Amino acid sequence: MKLTGAQILVKMIKAQGVDTIFGYPGGATIDIHDEIVRHNDLRHILVRHEQGAVHAADGYARAHKTTGVALVTSGPGATNTVTGIASAHADSIPMVVFCGQVPTGLIGNDAFQEVDIVGITRPCTKHNYLVKDPDKLAATIQEAFYIARSGRPGPVLVDLPKDILQTQIDFQMPEETHLRSYKPNYTPNKKQIAKVVQMVKDARRPVIFAGGGVISSCASEEITRLAQMARIPVTTSLMGLGAFPGTDPLWLGMLGMHGTFRANMSIGHCDLIIAVGVRFDDRVTGNIAKFAPHASIIQIDIDPTSIHKNIPVQCPIVGDCKTTLEHILALMEKQTPAQLTVERDPWLAQIDQWKQTTPLKYDQQADVIKPQFVVEKLWEITKGQAIITTEVGQNQMWAAQYYHFDRPNHFITSGGLGVMGFGLPAAIGAKAACPDKLVVDVAGDGSIQMNIQELMTAVENCLDVKIVILNNRFLGMVRQWQEFFYNKAYACTNIENAPDFIKLAEAYGATGFRCTDPACVEDTLRKGLDTPGTVIMDFVVEREESVYPMVPAGGALTEMLLV
Amino acid sequence: METSRYLLSILVDDEPGVLSRIAGLFSGRGFNIDSLNVATTDDPDVSRITMATTCDAQVIEQIKKQLHKLINVITVNDLTEKKYVERQLALVKVHAKPEKRAEILRIVDIFRCRVVDVGHAHYTVEISGDSGKHQAFLSLLKPMGIIEIASTGAIALAREMGK
Ligand SMILES: Cc1ncc(C[n+]2csc(CCOP(=O)(O)OP(=O)(O)O)c2C)c(N)n1
Ligand SMILES: [Mg+2]
Repeated sequence: MKLTGAQILVKMIKAQGVDTIFGYPGGATIDIHDEIVRHNDLRHILVRHEQGAVHAADGYARAHKTTGVALVTSGPGATNTVTGIASAHADSIPMVVFCGQVPTGLIGNDAFQEVDIVGITRPCTKHNYLVKDPDKLAATIQEAFYIARSGRPGPVLVDLPKDILQTQIDFQMPEETHLRSYKPNYTPNKKQIAKVVQMVKDARRPVIFAGGGVISSCASEEITRLAQMARIPVTTSLMGLGAFPGTDPLWLGMLGMHGTFRANMSIGHCDLIIAVGVRFDDRVTGNIAKFAPHASIIQIDIDPTSIHKNIPVQCPIVGDCKTTLEHILALMEKQTPAQLTVERDPWLAQIDQWKQTTPLKYDQQADVIKPQFVVEKLWEITKGQAIITTEVGQNQMWAAQYYHFDRPNHFITSGGLGVMGFGLPAAIGAKAACPDKLVVDVAGDGSIQMNIQELMTAVENCLDVKIVILNNRFLGMVRQWQEFFYNKAYACTNIENAPDFIKLAEAYGATGFRCTDPACVEDTLRKGLDTPGTVIMDFVVEREESVYPMVPAGGALTEMLLV
Repeated sequence: METSRYLLSILVDDEPGVLSRIAGLFSGRGFNIDSLNVATTDDPDVSRITMATTCDAQVIEQIKKQLHKLINVITVNDLTEKKYVERQLALVKVHAKPEKRAEILRIVDIFRCRVVDVGHAHYTVEISGDSGKHQAFLSLLKPMGIIEIASTGAIALAREMGK
């Protein structure tokens, strides 16, 4: 069968089970876009900026537990994807980004809209390709998807010169991908499993620390079973929120710079950490030298480079989180409950005391809205069932702290890179993946302006997202640092000169509501969530509210600034 | 932590960009490369990279794991953990005044090197050996006046059977 490169691309994307892609055309992709619109079973969502396409693909991948796909043109189209790719790379999100490229004959000649996107994205992709041989196109696309979703997932970029897309070639479905140089190891070492169970039996003050790896390997059920079977309290990283029910008595809250008092204290006092799918990022460990001074550490991760990178561990296990936990659970079931929970009561009592004395808190008075109150009300009203995306800054931390995530794949945030402007396009992607779900972007007034153009994408495609702006007229998180560490010198963080977000919503064909009165927060939320279509709810909140607790950068986790 | 010299033998897919991925990994993560040698092997689809680096034990562990994580890297072999033979080739152009020629030739003889080019006032000498031999040789030639040196990085193979 003779097909053009563009036809092969579309065929191969569909063969991967993909039904939605996010894209933006240009001279180098006209052939692909021309082909795509002929396929009813492949939806192309036209974004308004290529960064939006990549974040949308990210949101889609996370909400749908699948691989996100973005398609952009050469040159500026390609460079506009870099932030989104780097974010997906930092968060290990399976994604394939296709870029148009100038014809092979022009590559290297500084042609119009030529950039070396493979060179630019080498350090922020899991792998990338420039396709130079049309006969290798189909196999390369298949390989790209295989690499993106296997092992530790990540973004893969495929650069497609225009002549390759136009050439007619004999098409054959490639054989199953097999790479001699890439064979992720999913199965844990048996001996280590026995060691884990022994360490659990020996522990008096254990803690489970779960991360994004638990979400991506769909292991939250196993984590929950492990916790309940051995009565081990659970904390997570930002990326791990939802891996364990946020309403369970064993839940400690999030760990790290803005973690709860009890989570940070538990790590400071525990004698065993079972770390699953985490990479001990500095935002989570604080001062490494003072991290968990009394604990032995078990670390389970699919990626060997995550182990021993920042923290020495006593029991490293390379393997898929879910598979490894299944092995551990199977062996634990052969122990008696008493063996697995030695001296657990005093430990849980200690934790409960930390919780009682120093809970997460804020004080909602009658005059000004507290941002935390908005998020907590949002949680109540949506019964914790919404998919929440966030922007970056204080809004992100309050969403993490006060929307008590009960299930995986419902919290979508740019964790590793912290990209302002992530939340709106990610929400659009999540909505495209889960049309029956309520999707809410918890936003800051600064961040929302970074990809505001995607409002049009949402409205045009009836991808109804609800945007809750916690409007403090500040680049709040930076302001908070200035307040704490720079003598309140608010250099370049005042953004009170802002657009009218209600009019802005209307200009795009969405709906806007403003709320300035604490007494109206609930009403505004209900109205906004019930109004069909895309809605902005602009909550004018306390300007100088700060996120607590806070571990100053480089400090020990147990040395928190508290309200 | 204490640093030492490590010699890694890395088999990679012979594909465009592989060297750049490896160089980028080292620069991006602040690892150090002492020397690097790349050439094809008996399998035309596979190249061997021999790399020398100086670092501590924790860093070498990360280097090995990070290299292995690159999709195009097939195997990473730490030769420092085993017995191996190491060679490095250098061409050394040295001043050869008539009264010094005999001495240079004597040194060349002792080190079992070869003079590969002779001029009116210089010799070019080829030396092959491990880095220790190179250092010893160069320190003896230095007083004669070294004009320039071209040197490969180290190449090495494990002494045992197999790749
Ligand atoms: C693209 C990008 N630029 C800059 C930053 C640095 N930064 C982190 S938080 C923040 C403030 C965000 O302000 P806003 O969206 O209003 O959120 P708030 O903290 O006020 O809730 C800034 C500027 C960033 N994370 N991302
Ligand atoms: Mg703000």
